[in-house]
Amino acid sequence: MVSRWRVAVLLLWAAIASADDAALERRVTHVAEQLRCLVCQNQSIADSHAQLALDLKRETRLQLSQGKSEQQVIDFMVQRYGDFVLYRPPFKAATWILWLGPFALLAAGVATLLYQLQRRAGSGEYEQ
Amino acid sequence: MKRYILPLGGFAVLLVFLGIGLRLKPQEIPSPLVGKRAPEFSLTQVGDARETFRSTDMRGKVWVLNVWASWCGPCRAEHPALLELSKLKVVPVVGLNYNDQRGDSQRWLNEFGNPYQATAFDGDGKTGIEFGVYGVPETFVIDKQGLIRLKLTGGLTSAQIKEQLLPLIQELNHG
Amino acid sequence: MIAELGNFALMLALCLALVQGSLPLLGAWRGRRSWIALARPAAAGQFAFVALAFGCLVAAFADNDFSVAYVASNSNSMLPWYYRVAAVWGGHEGSLLLWVLILACWTAAVALFSKRLPPALAARVLAVMAWISVGFLLFMLFTSNPFERLLPAARDGRDLNPLLQDPGMIFHPPLLYMGYVGFSVAFAFAIAALLGGELDAAWARWSRPWTLVAWAFLTLGIFLGSFWAYYELGWGGWWFWDAVENASFMPWLVGTALIHSLAVTEKRGSFKNWTVLLAIVAFSLSLLGTFLVRSGVLTSVHAFATDPRRGLFILAFLALVIGGSLALYAWRAPSVGAGERFAVFSRESLLLLNNVLLLTAAATVLLGTLYPLFLDALELGKISVGAPYFEAVLMPLFLPVLVLMAAAPFVEWKRAAWGKVGGRLSKIAQIALLFGLTAWLGLKYRPAVAAGLMLSLWIVLGTGLHLAQRRNVVKQPLGYWGMLAAHAGIAVFVFGVTLVKGGEVSEDASLRVGESLVSNGLRYSFVNLQKVDGPNYVAARATFEVVDADNNMVILQPEKRYYTVQQMPMTEAAIERGFTQDIYLSLGEPGKDGAWLVRMQRKPFMGWIWAGCLMIAAGGLLAATDRRYRLGRREAATQAASVAVLV
Repeated sequence: MVSRWRVAVLLLWAAIASADDAALERRVTHVAEQLRCLVCQNQSIADSHAQLALDLKRETRLQLSQGKSEQQVIDFMVQRYGDFVLYRPPFKAATWILWLGPFALLAAGVATLLYQLQRRAGSGEYEQ
Repeated sequence: MKRYILPLGGFAVLLVFLGIGLRLKPQEIPSPLVGKRAPEFSLTQVGDARETFRSTDMRGKVWVLNVWASWCGPCRAEHPALLELSKLKVVPVVGLNYNDQRGDSQRWLNEFGNPYQATAFDGDGKTGIEFGVYGVPETFVIDKQGLIRLKLTGGLTSAQIKEQLLPLIQELNHG
Repeated sequence: MIAELGNFALMLALCLALVQGSLPLLGAWRGRRSWIALARPAAAGQFAFVALAFGCLVAAFADNDFSVAYVASNSNSMLPWYYRVAAVWGGHEGSLLLWVLILACWTAAVALFSKRLPPALAARVLAVMAWISVGFLLFMLFTSNPFERLLPAARDGRDLNPLLQDPGMIFHPPLLYMGYVGFSVAFAFAIAALLGGELDAAWARWSRPWTLVAWAFLTLGIFLGSFWAYYELGWGGWWFWDAVENASFMPWLVGTALIHSLAVTEKRGSFKNWTVLLAIVAFSLSLLGTFLVRSGVLTSVHAFATDPRRGLFILAFLALVIGGSLALYAWRAPSVGAGERFAVFSRESLLLLNNVLLLTAAATVLLGTLYPLFLDALELGKISVGAPYFEAVLMPLFLPVLVLMAAAPFVEWKRAAWGKVGGRLSKIAQIALLFGLTAWLGLKYRPAVAAGLMLSLWIVLGTGLHLAQRRNVVKQPLGYWGMLAAHAGIAVFVFGVTLVKGGEVSEDASLRVGESLVSNGLRYSFVNLQKVDGPNYVAARATFEVVDADNNMVILQPEKRYYTVQQMPMTEAAIERGFTQDIYLSLGEPGKDGAWLVRMQRKPFMGWIWAGCLMIAAGGLLAATDRRYRLGRREAATQAASVAVLV
């Protein structure tokens, strides 16, 4: 009786642990996809097998399992490696043009287009 | 009429930036830790695992931390320059052995010479991460208050030592 | 001796290029027939000497002449002969010579096939191309000479980078350069037209086939680069938004806008300024790409060894060529005659919108690629811009393009009615929307995946419907088939990309020989590990048996190679390519306990990405061979009138 209980508890514990493990791995991957591998060309540390990537993933796993949030881990990396380690450029004053520029450009382009079209279609010639 | 000038104007701006770009070094990633407190660490030494090196022991002194590994080619290339630096005896040079095996590192130091006052063993690279190390070798200059004042990536050259390290160390020592 | 001969040939080519660039241009301006007539023979001569120089360099590689510095840095006696030839363009100097050779080829082709052009126009076109050649030849002779001697000669070479020892290296750069450099023809036509003032439908008809062929080659070149990276780099990626990849994608985007704009200029006489500007911008981006890769301004695995002096030279060249052409545009464009009028809702306006969208996309790629440089120059810190940025920002730009692609062919020229167009499209729009909603809400696909699939279907339906509504399906001109093929190719491509990005799975595990693992529905058994000796490498070859749920088995043999000369390790992935998925298996580093790190991936419909690219390129080539372009001048005039009625 007792041993069957023990087995059941062990199995349950293993199931929970592996489910936890899987969930942890998902979180590690989620963070790793946002960090750039600094010794590779254009890869995130999730994709890379470089030693640095493996080390940083290990550190990520450790911190997440200690209860830190994903944002805290990312901040930890940025404090030590700078903004360059962010695979997705941050959204801050210096990068407004980067993130908003394309849409501003598109809006300006379409607006100019519509204006030109309406003006010229009304008058004699269309010249562009 | 004005809009036909726009492409030319845009190109002129681009040209200016590209011209400036020729003088920049895109491969260098500056460290955000310069000007901040160096991470404190306490690690066993490569030579004797019973001996510990504590970074706080260096408080009050200007010192150089050199991150290296026995498997690293550029570390081998910069080694003579480091030996020269340590012979000058103007500044203590401490080694941080990164992602390495004790046996390999000890053999390396025995064969090529040991410029280090002490060599901390960071076998799993955790302390390296604290310092934002991404590629060995890297060299840090740390001042008397424990703040990082300079980080150099890549192999140290005699020129760098003469033109960057020594003047800075002198300035920090007298400051 | 051969190296000196090659060097001399380059100098002669430069002289001929100078002649080709000056006298015909002056002749066209002054009406001097004899000077105009110099263009073709000069072009032929230039081609002959550049080809000779190239031949000399190939000979130096074939003979293992390590007294030539360039050969010593890029080749090795153990290198197989076909890679020794490919190594000719493996470094900066040699790839420049390839650039000049391909430019000389295009120039000779234009000289050959331009008999029916007005002589003055042909002279101007050849002259402009000559000036580009002059720039590159000067650059080579003064800063990057492939024939420089290394004395005393090296005993053996430093070998070609192992990553480049691959069939991809034989085809990818030449194809890519055919595209890049090919846009110089459209550029030359644009400049010639601005100089001579003959910007009309006929000019567009002459430019179009050249542009289509160049664009098709660029498509193939980019496709091949991606295909190669996929199997070569060993971790399953195929597009990285690397600076050099972006440098080839930007001209492609603008080139796409250009071919559509040329179509309108040819058919309706409109968009003349747009077309000229797009032609200038497309080639300018090619030149900019050349600068970015060789100046050290951006880091990239593709970048050549850098030297600030070289960067400065190219920058000056850029300033002259691009600045000059844009200044010419600013001066001459206002006096270009107006085209026909069209309404706010018409096929013309939709194609204009297409131009704006594609240009904005190209500008976005440029912005993302150069932004780290901007910030660094302004001392605002160092950031990196990678895939997440480009994907996030370009998706909203490409979505309307894909919608337009299927819809615009149904919109009349000059003036269209919303109601009528809506009526034509409503059925297929409903089908596509229904499909999208089902995928999203019913099958629980992510919205991005559902959108991609929906748009892919939309394009297929729209293209098919348009064809079905033709009065005479069989007798459509090749240009029409080209359009169908290219648009359908885009649909296939989008389908593939959507499902790969939405559904690919990857798992890393550590395995020893004899072990097996089930990953994402497949059982991988590590059966065997053997040592293999290659011509210039040593490899560990693993044999895996991969079994699926229905007990179908494939054998995959990924390798870990160690190239002895450069002492460089490399991974050779094993790929099982199928109609509905790719199984991708690659080896990582071996652990100390004999276990190997293995990456197992499944990529659904990966092959459709490649098929789509090939269809797009085929579409471009089909359209270029349309009979219209091969007709005589007299016949062409009548044909142009009837062509305006078609499509």
